[in-house]
Amino acid sequence: MWWRSASFIMDRQQNKNDVALKDSNPNPNPKISAYYETRAAHHGVVTTDWLAQAQAATGPDHEPQPQARPDPFSVIDEFNKWRKQPHLAEAVAAIRALAAVIRWSEASTMMQLEMELKKASDSLKSWDTTSISLTAACDLFMRYVTRTSALEYEDFNSAKSRLIERAHKFGEISHKAFPVLSARKVIAMLSQDFIFDGCTILVHGFSRVVFQVLKLAAQNNKLFRVFCTEGRPDRTGLRLANELAKLNVPVKILIDSAVAYAMDEVDMVFVGADGVVESGGIINMMGTYQIALVAHSMNKPLYVAAESYKFARLYPLDQKDLAPAIRPIDFGVPIPSKVEVESSARDYTPPQYLTLLFTDLGVLTPSVVSDELIQLYL
Amino acid sequence: MDAPRVTPTIADPKIRRVVFFASDSSATVLPQPQQLPETHPSGNRHVASGSFDPSENPNLATAIEKKEEVPQSSSKPLKAKTTKAERRALQEAQRAAKAASKGEGSKAVTESDRAAPVKSIKQSSEKKGGPSYASGATDKKAGDRPLEKDRKKDAPPPQSQFDDKSRMEKARKRAAVNPTESRNRVELFQHLPQYEHGTKLSNVESKFFNLGLVHPAVLEVGLRYSAGDISGGNARCIAMLRAFQDAIRDYCTPPEKVLVRDLTSKINSYVSFFTECRLLSMSMGNAIRFVKSRIVNLPLSHSEFEAKAALCSDIDRFINEKIILADKVIVRHAFTKVKDGDVLLTYGVSCVVEMILLYAHELGKKFRVVVVDSRPRLEGQALIRRLVAKGMSCTYTHINAVSYIMHEVTRVLLGASAVFSNGTVYSRVGTSCVAMVAHAFRVPVLICCEAYKFHERVLLDSICSNELGDPDAIAKVAGRMDVNYLNNRASEDNLKLLNLMYDATPSDYVSVIVTDYGMLPPTSVPIIIREYQREHLLL
Repeated sequence: MWWRSASFIMDRQQNKNDVALKDSNPNPNPKISAYYETRAAHHGVVTTDWLAQAQAATGPDHEPQPQARPDPFSVIDEFNKWRKQPHLAEAVAAIRALAAVIRWSEASTMMQLEMELKKASDSLKSWDTTSISLTAACDLFMRYVTRTSALEYEDFNSAKSRLIERAHKFGEISHKAFPVLSARKVIAMLSQDFIFDGCTILVHGFSRVVFQVLKLAAQNNKLFRVFCTEGRPDRTGLRLANELAKLNVPVKILIDSAVAYAMDEVDMVFVGADGVVESGGIINMMGTYQIALVAHSMNKPLYVAAESYKFARLYPLDQKDLAPAIRPIDFGVPIPSKVEVESSARDYTPPQYLTLLFTDLGVLTPSVVSDELIQLYL
Repeated sequence: MDAPRVTPTIADPKIRRVVFFASDSSATVLPQPQQLPETHPSGNRHVASGSFDPSENPNLATAIEKKEEVPQSSSKPLKAKTTKAERRALQEAQRAAKAASKGEGSKAVTESDRAAPVKSIKQSSEKKGGPSYASGATDKKAGDRPLEKDRKKDAPPPQSQFDDKSRMEKARKRAAVNPTESRNRVELFQHLPQYEHGTKLSNVESKFFNLGLVHPAVLEVGLRYSAGDISGGNARCIAMLRAFQDAIRDYCTPPEKVLVRDLTSKINSYVSFFTECRLLSMSMGNAIRFVKSRIVNLPLSHSEFEAKAALCSDIDRFINEKIILADKVIVRHAFTKVKDGDVLLTYGVSCVVEMILLYAHELGKKFRVVVVDSRPRLEGQALIRRLVAKGMSCTYTHINAVSYIMHEVTRVLLGASAVFSNGTVYSRVGTSCVAMVAHAFRVPVLICCEAYKFHERVLLDSICSNELGDPDAIAKVAGRMDVNYLNNRASEDNLKLLNLMYDATPSDYVSVIVTDYGMLPPTSVPIIIREYQREHLLL
């Protein structure tokens, strides 16, 4: 509304002349944020040959085992290597990259190691400023390193191995090879109580956690049906629909604009999250906010499934208060150059529209998120 | 004040002075109550050392009242519910009586009460205005000090209830500053002090030589409070702490007394003096609580000199870490929310908000500032003058226009006097209105507040706890001779002037609270209190 005021329009005209748009994102490809690249690689930006891609993505798991220190060693290369693995969350990839930093480090004191790690995590964070879970994971690991002071250990080497061990444990949280430890498994189990027979669940986009939840419900012989939004422009919803159909779950695909139309029949909404912020709100794929608004106005519960490593010390005040994650949008027809395209890939849903968050720390109300964050970081 | 004292004493079992920890210590130090009138000439001292009636010092952290059932209890029947008119009449009568018996102290009551058996009941105070935080009586053995120390951290300081006649009567007799109460008291706010403005100062002056036991630095600060020289939560708190520092430096333990106990009672007497000058803010209550806990936790091995030095440096640390550094951290945090092209709205003057604006301006952010102001204080004019001098582009408007101006605003930055554990923000009157309009326009509201101002109490409305300003200030318009309709009407019976100083903003209207612990949702205030209150005390 503010841009309607006369004074603001004048300000804007002035500013246009002297302020050039600065891009603070050091990512080499400014059109597509790195965050989105990872996402696209993991979830498969669905095109006509989406099946083939999905197949490739779920192919056999081969973990690269670096034998010698690559020269020159770069934490970003290491991170990129890990993040190519489809089941691995970005946060875990970051932690593994930092673990590699520790492994190859030539530091001889804890202080040196800490400084090296700090530099590495800073470069990781600045490599992709738009990814929330990457930033959160780096912060979390740094927190762990600084908190477990070297004084507790008798010598430096055991401290080092302790840190690496810790990083591995963290990695296992999201690793599918260790289902008992997996955060997703915990979340899936927690959410089973909320899925009742005969319910209709609306799902937006493709989230591995949400898929795990639905899969477990199907395995428990619950009777439910799922509405998948299409998830333009990546059509991630189509992929989820396909996966669910394989499990014999009744699925219906909606176009994104049919959410309000279908909301009558829906009993609950399930979404994942890219990041859970300090206010208790979530940052997630574009369209989550409007679904939350519709669900809120029709008094339908909205549940968020998110691992605790997505908790970030951010506090967006409104939609524009985030570093936008830019993505390409294919409209199928050429768009005149004068027409602007809103290409942000995600939005912020304020906490008052969320009912509950399912995390590996338990089922939380949005206001508890800040409690957890305070205990983690302060 | 050593006029012969009447001793109504035990004949009045309705009131049991709640004896706080200062008193059980003094029980060992002070002479027996019977000798008191002779040995202690000054009434003031007794206020401090003898008993603590919470009505005298509402914000004292030590003042604990534990709720207790009052079934059969008092030999005297409970005060019957009277109508407001009746109570007013009664009050008038009492006031007259008070004027007659002005010189009499009430100390004897308290002392003999204390000597009386431990178990006695204080009648729960009856209020007209609203719920009270502190009511009921305490049943405390003089011996359970450690337990009490624990409790004093948890329990909120009681608010004095100015419509509780018997208590006020006693408090008044003891008070150093005895202002005249205004005639037309606003019904809903009878539990708050409503005085004729300007009577405080003259009263202090007339009693100047009776104030002998108040340290000059404390006296100065107190008088400046009541004159309105020092305003703003942080400034008041720092001034108070500095005065305490001076007082502690000049303090020497009297013979046959223990520093820990005697100094605490000294501080208590200073606090009650401050309260008489102007109601303490919540943040000052927290600071006092800190000082007292430092005194209580002094190691016994310290010599007097060491103890005093330790206390002074503790107070210095509190000022530095909890106020000055906290402000710097808040500025850093809030700065991240200021973007180029923003229009920031602020209401009244908050020194943190001003620091944020200056900092963002220095770092070259391009933004506009809207300063909303309101009568009668018009504090915003000073702010706008300073901002304009720095070359910021500013808009100045009154609160009447807030709904017009709000649609071009992108962020609302507000200060706070206190934040309560339900997220309610207690701030300059008008803040609630600005926040509500901002909420309706979907403009994010940022509350900038140091964590030492967080308070574990729950506040639901602006009535229970508030401060009333000079009613004349709203009746008169400075510089407008033609607006004089209310000039001599203040004494009319059917006209009541209400000049509230603070209001409560519900947490729904607050998007974020920026504190030294980072940016938090209002729901996290109790978490900060839970995790860090102890640290506040121990630092």
